[in-house]
Amino acid sequence: MASVPPFQQTLEAHADAVWRYLRGMVGGEAAEDCFQETFLAALRAYPRLDPDSNLRAWLLTIAHRKAIDHLRRRRRGQPEQLGDEIEAEREPESDGAIWGSVAMLPPRQRAAVLLRYGADLRHREIAVAIGCSEEAARRSLHEGLKRLRETL
Amino acid sequence: MSPTTDPIETALRSPASEAKSAARRFADRAAQRGADLFYAQEASPLGELLLVAGRRGLIVLRYTPTDVDATLVELAERRSPRIVESPAALDPWRRELSEYFDGARRRFEAPIDWQDLAGFRRRVLAATAAIPYGELESYKTVATKAGSPKAARAAGNALGSNPLAIVIPCHRVRHASGGLGGYTGGLERKRRLLAIESDAG
Repeated sequence: MASVPPFQQTLEAHADAVWRYLRGMVGGEAAEDCFQETFLAALRAYPRLDPDSNLRAWLLTIAHRKAIDHLRRRRRGQPEQLGDEIEAEREPESDGAIWGSVAMLPPRQRAAVLLRYGADLRHREIAVAIGCSEEAARRSLHEGLKRLRETL
Repeated sequence: MSPTTDPIETALRSPASEAKSAARRFADRAAQRGADLFYAQEASPLGELLLVAGRRGLIVLRYTPTDVDATLVELAERRSPRIVESPAALDPWRRELSEYFDGARRRFEAPIDWQDLAGFRRRVLAATAAIPYGELESYKTVATKAGSPKAARAAGNALGSNPLAIVIPCHRVRHASGGLGGYTGGLERKRRLLAIESDAG
């Protein structure tokens, strides 16, 4: 009987992608909490998962939900521009400029860009993770990249 | 897609050094709550050991390198795929083992999970678990204690599939003639375990 691999394998194989996505989505500090919540939710649902599932896309779908929940909570707490908050809490990095610009993108474009390049998902998988059509995912990615190139 | 020389794409793809430690923190936390099985690979005087435990106790103690991945995959299918690596969660067993190797511990007290062990095999392993530290019994004696005096060979096979090396001391079983018999971890390990026990005794 085929079954999903031991969870540790899944964790090690995709921790990087999930972290890169969350770091860009909610900022380095909040990424830790979202990362823990993502894998805990994944662990709970894991035994019922279809062994043929695309594990990376599945994990990123969960991570996206956790990131959006986090952004909503934060927005309720502080009614400022999302990007500003994220940029403000981000530690200065060598490529700090790009992360600041990513943080300024509207959430959906930001998610699309990060899912494509941070997590290496295909358009169809991005659409599933965000919960939109493939066409809309393509558009968000395109718009997001265009904006990034303009601001940098 | 444009080539990876694009500075934006390159930056977005940059490795996340924090991911590894975040994953370790997750695994340790999950071992306390959420995961069903946890494992560790532990250095010992007899080489590296693989330990796997669940909520009820220790399930596997094997010499490595046997195929660690294969063992975990097999447990994922038979028990649960909620398996994480967490040395901290194995602390009670790791501590007792280290004391044992130092000659400072004569019996293991941290719990054992007997769930997968049934029938004659279980009776053989239970009889073996009762052999005192530093003593030797024959396959025939163990078979007799397991309820089948004529099944010395079958008892040997049951011991060969002992999932809990050292803790269930199959190294204390030998031939009635005095021959050392076999050992899954190799006879050299069997001799060294017996030497530890005779030095400390």
